[in-house]
Amino acid sequence: MIDARRSLLLHGGIVACLALLAATLPAYHAGNLTRILVLAVYAMGYNLLFGYTGLLSLGHALFFAAGMYGFGLSAALGGLSAGAALLAGVAAAALVAGLTGALALRTRDVAFMIVTLMFAQAGYLTILYFGTWTRGDEGFVLPAAARRLAGFDLRGDGARLVAALTLFSACFLATAALTGSRLGRTLIAIRENEDRARMLGYDTARLKLVAVVLSGTLSGLAGAAYAMLFGYVGASFATVQYSILPLLWVLLGGAGTTVGPLIGVALVFYLIDWSSRVTDAYMLVAGVALIGLTLFAPQGVAGLIRRKAAPWLP
Amino acid sequence: MEFGPHLMLALLEGAVTSAVLALTAMGLSLVFGVMRVVNVAHGAFFMLGAVAAWWIADLVGAHPALGFAAALLAAPLLVGAGAMLADRLILAPVGYDPERTIVATIGLMYVIEQTVLMGFGPDARPVAPPFDARIALPWVERTAEGLALYWPWGLSITAYKLFVIAAAAAILAGLWALMTRTGAGLVMRATQQDRDMARAFGVPVSRVFARVFGLGAALAAMGAVLVVPIQQAHYLMGGDPLLLSFIVVIIGGLGSLPGTVVAALLIGMTDGIVSVFLSPTLAKIVATLAVALVLVFRPQGLMGRARA
Repeated sequence: MIDARRSLLLHGGIVACLALLAATLPAYHAGNLTRILVLAVYAMGYNLLFGYTGLLSLGHALFFAAGMYGFGLSAALGGLSAGAALLAGVAAAALVAGLTGALALRTRDVAFMIVTLMFAQAGYLTILYFGTWTRGDEGFVLPAAARRLAGFDLRGDGARLVAALTLFSACFLATAALTGSRLGRTLIAIRENEDRARMLGYDTARLKLVAVVLSGTLSGLAGAAYAMLFGYVGASFATVQYSILPLLWVLLGGAGTTVGPLIGVALVFYLIDWSSRVTDAYMLVAGVALIGLTLFAPQGVAGLIRRKAAPWLP
Repeated sequence: MEFGPHLMLALLEGAVTSAVLALTAMGLSLVFGVMRVVNVAHGAFFMLGAVAAWWIADLVGAHPALGFAAALLAAPLLVGAGAMLADRLILAPVGYDPERTIVATIGLMYVIEQTVLMGFGPDARPVAPPFDARIALPWVERTAEGLALYWPWGLSITAYKLFVIAAAAAILAGLWALMTRTGAGLVMRATQQDRDMARAFGVPVSRVFARVFGLGAALAAMGAVLVVPIQQAHYLMGGDPLLLSFIVVIIGGLGSLPGTVVAALLIGMTDGIVSVFLSPTLAKIVATLAVALVLVFRPQGLMGRARA
């Protein structure tokens, strides 16, 4: 049980460090931190499926966008309050994940990747097709009412950062608890050897669907929160690029580790931020990183730390 | 114009789309069939072919026909050589593992696109067609003396578009001859059937892989050179060909070359006709969902046979 105490200390420590950073960082970097924390929730959702269950999806933008549009459309057109719209966004993502997961999980490996990619592409095109309400690529700005949660006005930088930190910490501790739980360990067993897990009596088809729905719901929560905190909903968040980015974050940070998604998002965010100041072709960094990681470091940063220094890293 | 001439024109335009699509999809299908690699960078190779064609035509500078001929020869060679290099540097070191190669080729796609953006810029640039004659097309008409040919006003097509159809057919015939009538094709087919057995019989599998990857990219580049006088070269032009090639290869049966040609004809011909009835966006939604469902419920493709 030493490992459990270490894990608690690690996750508690990271949350405390982030709180300290949030209080001390200058405005520009505090703004970046807000974005990084929300996107890290998306990355954690992706990691649940890719890192822990071993299913590589190329269509998670569909779930992120389902959460974002579930929130945005119900708040802007349906007039729901931010809290209710947040629930609507999460429900939309869970529903979409359940439906597409049930179909896509009938395939495996490469076919699974292509099917998820196609579903996400169809989702993106659907957003464009209903441009009357979604305003297509141009997107729409959310009304002020949709950005007040429990009495806090989330348009202020400070409140926004606190909200992002709270959301991140809750999801971070929840995934840490999940990976140590029975369900989490069973998902890892499926990743390592699905046939053996099935032979041991686990209903792997149902468990994989549970993983897709959990992962999609968490991604959708991130999408809804992104819309609520930054006040904008647009089709660019449903493009292939937003399906590739979580893969890059998780690969770079370390797939199948609880801290990997945060590390990956922070590194990629600052890499792209830095390179977009030098050139318009800032996605070049993402391409080089994807190739380099596949070739030289498939375990990512946290994976290397786990192998070299801390084998207990969850 | 009446319905008949209209339909003929739509079918001819569809045949041009099909011809280019067949070349591009054939490259994707060949690479998947022999190497079991899903090459996400295929659209980027297509775009690279178009940009190389612009660059070569610009460099030659003389008569458009001369520049185009040079581009048709040199651009596929350049792109193919680049792809072989990518195979050696990226795909071979990860051991052609299906999932890791997909991630690596996604990276390769971004590297190619963004490098072209830096060197070539964000503008679309045209290549002059080698000849720009228009050919008036005849239609039959019932007159008092029986059937007679006449030339309805506005019923015409550029000679270049007919050339595209003929050139694509010739290249595909050449590919078919290469695969079925030469030693190199025999070795490729042996590798496709069972790479371990091929290796045991002395086939240099890794060299075959490099050649197949180069040939696949070169086919995409040929499609791009043919299309670039009709459509301009742009650094993001690879997206649609990639998606359509995926659709064609999946409908035709992964790795089946005859299936790919039939599916390219089907998709290319219906693309224009469907767009008349549905909005282009809705047509794309239906097509992507159809492909996903084909993969879910009939993974061997509509025309492929189930693998034992």
